[in-house]
Parts: sequence; structure tokens; C-alpha cells
Amino acid sequence: MNVTIVDYQSGNISSVINSFTEVAKGKINLAVTSDIKKIKSSDKIILPGQGSFKSCVDSLNSIDGLVDTLKEFAITNKKPLLGICVGLQMFADVGYEEVETKGLSWISGKVSKIDNQNGKFKLPHIGWNEIEIQKESKIFKDIKNKSHMYFVHSYEFVPKDKSVISATTDYSSKIVCSIERGNLFGTQFHPEKSDKEGLKIIANFINL
Amino acid sequence: MLKNRIIPCLDVKNGRVVKGINFVELKDAGDPVEQAKIYSDGGADEICFLDITASNENRDTIIDIVRKTAKECFVPLTVGGGIRTIQNITDLLLAGADKVSINTAAVKNVDFVKEASKKFGSQCIVVAIDAKKVSDNKWEVFTHGGRNKTNIDAVEFAKQIELNGAGEILLTSMDKDGTKSGYDVDLLKAITKSTNIPVIASGGVGTLDHLYEGIVKGGASAVLAASIFHYGEYKIKDAKEYLNSKKVSVRL
Repeated sequence: MNVTIVDYQSGNISSVINSFTEVAKGKINLAVTSDIKKIKSSDKIILPGQGSFKSCVDSLNSIDGLVDTLKEFAITNKKPLLGICVGLQMFADVGYEEVETKGLSWISGKVSKIDNQNGKFKLPHIGWNEIEIQKESKIFKDIKNKSHMYFVHSYEFVPKDKSVISATTDYSSKIVCSIERGNLFGTQFHPEKSDKEGLKIIANFINL
Repeated sequence: MLKNRIIPCLDVKNGRVVKGINFVELKDAGDPVEQAKIYSDGGADEICFLDITASNENRDTIIDIVRKTAKECFVPLTVGGGIRTIQNITDLLLAGADKVSINTAAVKNVDFVKEASKKFGSQCIVVAIDAKKVSDNKWEVFTHGGRNKTNIDAVEFAKQIELNGAGEILLTSMDKDGTKSGYDVDLLKAITKSTNIPVIASGGVGTLDHLYEGIVKGGASAVLAASIFHYGEYKIKDAKEYLNSKKVSVRL
């Protein structure tokens, strides 16, 4: 099986690479690239993302043909894709970090700043928080409800169609922290930094 | 609910773990990669490496340690000490660090914080503030591992680095560090009340109750400690169970 972590200069992806390498243990071919041909021939794709919504979208767009290739992979061909953090947020139509920025429009919705209730909640939302599973998701196999995952973000994805939400977390309000729609998966938290439970989610994705 | 984090800190010199008493008199206490793995397996919420003499020595040693650690620990890894340039940050992140902690370079030039957080995102920029009490409810920022006085007010500085994009503050009391007499709770309160980003309390932990004080009285989002975990007095698990018994929410 060929699994590709999309490297589009979206910031630090060493931890994503390390965790997938650990879980894959040489049983799958893991590539880290932005090469269109390699992406096309992959069985599964991970779309990481760090930094701002705008900087990630700009980086994706700066690589010729990348956005179209990803769309063909995930939307047309319906092959498994996992977005992590801003990688998930970019599924939306629009993001409001820095300036209003168009997203990939794969799952209708917006990405807006977490309401910190006038400073009552510190931002970024950093640390371990419990996930509340909202629907069965293939990547949550053997993951208990209220498991702890590691978060670092100030913006949240608000999808129009609530049926895509697979888990939420409680921080000032119920924040969407995981989505599943068919072959499309996304986590706002960082499975690559979420200890043994996080590695389980990565294994579940690899074993789909 | 967001949990309060417990962060064991490993002070590293020449590739070995040490812990200073008031930043002098260093003791050798083990291999950093092995220690980090023990902490991560034991339930540490994050791991912190501070390269305490990095300013004068070859940086490759710490980069190599980070690279090895990141392959075995799947909790966030913060690295600080001697970070002066964007290239220093790039090198550490590529080696597998998740966050970097900037101290002297942030005090010298707050624009460096801005530049770094713009380039890498606020989520990976921690600013370490070493503060010393100068009068009642007044603290001053020190640099170079506590050797240099700056005449900068710690509370004002904290507000400034928040404005410039720091994602977290790692606050060390120079008066308390190494004394095992507890965090400087007043200092913590002053900083947590005047900023809106998470503050990690550091310097002075001698008992598990000190961790409780840092969170509940000081308002810290995370507590950092070195020696109490290091010499086997307490395990991370003991700290979490203690805090949990006192109704402080932690990841168990």
C-alpha cells in the first residue's frame, strides 16, 4: 500500500512523519512529497497543516496542479484522505484567519475563531482535551469515548451539515474536532502527538 | 474539558541531563532520550528540553537528541536554549521538535517573536520569561540563564510578547528556581491575569502540593518541574493522582 503525506511546506510535519513511520513499521510504502504523480498513485493521503489558514491555502495553491490532484483523489475517486488540524480546516468553503480566504470547498462550512468569551478561555486552545464521539467513525475503532487528544488551535471548523461531525470537544462551546464523510476524514486535534490513543487513530486510518 | 498539563523538563548539557540549583552546581542525571521515553511512557503531557549552555556550544548535540527523542515519544516536545535565529528554529522543528522556547533573543528583539510566529505559527512559539522579584508585586526580566538584568518589567514584557504572536509563556521564577520551596505564586498570578495565552509555571517545585498551587492559586495552564521527577521522588502518575484527588482536572 502507498500512503503519502503531502509535503507542501505547510510548517512542521516531522511529528506526522515520525508517527506514521512508527505505526507503518515498514509494512507500507510511506512517501512524503508534493509530487503530483506520486500523489495520484497513492492509496491514501494525509494532508497536514500548521500555521494560519491563509498560509496553508497559499502554499497548496503555489504548487502547480496540487489542489486539482487532491480533489480528484478525494472527491472524484473517493479515496481515503485524512486532514489534520489546518489540513482539516481547509476542507471548508472559507476561513477567517488573518483575512477572508477561500478554502477547498470539499465540505461546506466556515472556519472561524473560537469564541473565548471575552478572555474567559485562553487562546490558543492548547493541551489535552476529551473528545466526545458523536457518531461511529472508522478511525475511532477501539477508541473510547472521552479519550484525551492533543489540541493546538485558535480557529474551529463549523460545517453546515452537522451529520459529518464524528466528534466534538468542549472548550467554551462544543468544538468540532473530527469529521467523517465517506472516504474523507479530518481531525482538529493532532493524532501524531496524542500518545498511544493518537497512534491508534493513525493505525485505523492506515488499516482502512 | 481542557486538562492541566504536567511537563517534566530535562535540562541538557553536553548531551546529558543535568539540573542546576539556582542555575549553578550542575549534577549529571542521565541520558536525555531514555529519560524522555520514561516520562512519555509514564504519562507526561509534554516533554521539555532546555539546552542550558547552548549559547556557547555546538548546537548539533541537541538537534541529534531531539531527532532521536522525536522518533520514540509521541507527545509534544518543546526545545529551548540558545535559539537566536529563524534557522535555529527551522533546524529544531525539522529534527522533530513541536515547539521552541525563545528566551534571550525575544528580550533583545521582540520582532523576532513576531517573525517566528508568522513563519511557523503561534502554536510552536513559546517565550520563556525568567523573572526576579525587585520589589512588592514587581518583577524584572533576566536573560542568559538568569545572569543578566534587563530593567524590563516582567508583566509588561508578557503582554508585549502576546501581542507579537507568542503562543505560550514559560514563566520561571529566578528566586525560586532550584529552591524546592514552591512556585512564586504572586508572579504567576500577575502574569496569568494580564495575558490571555496559556502560562506554564516553572521554578521551585519541591512537593506535589506546589503543582496544585501553581494551577489553582497561580492560574497556570501547565506546570513544569524537573528535580522532583528526576531523582525518582515522584512519578508523573503520582503527580496526576494527587492533583486529581484535589479536584484538579488532569489527563489520567
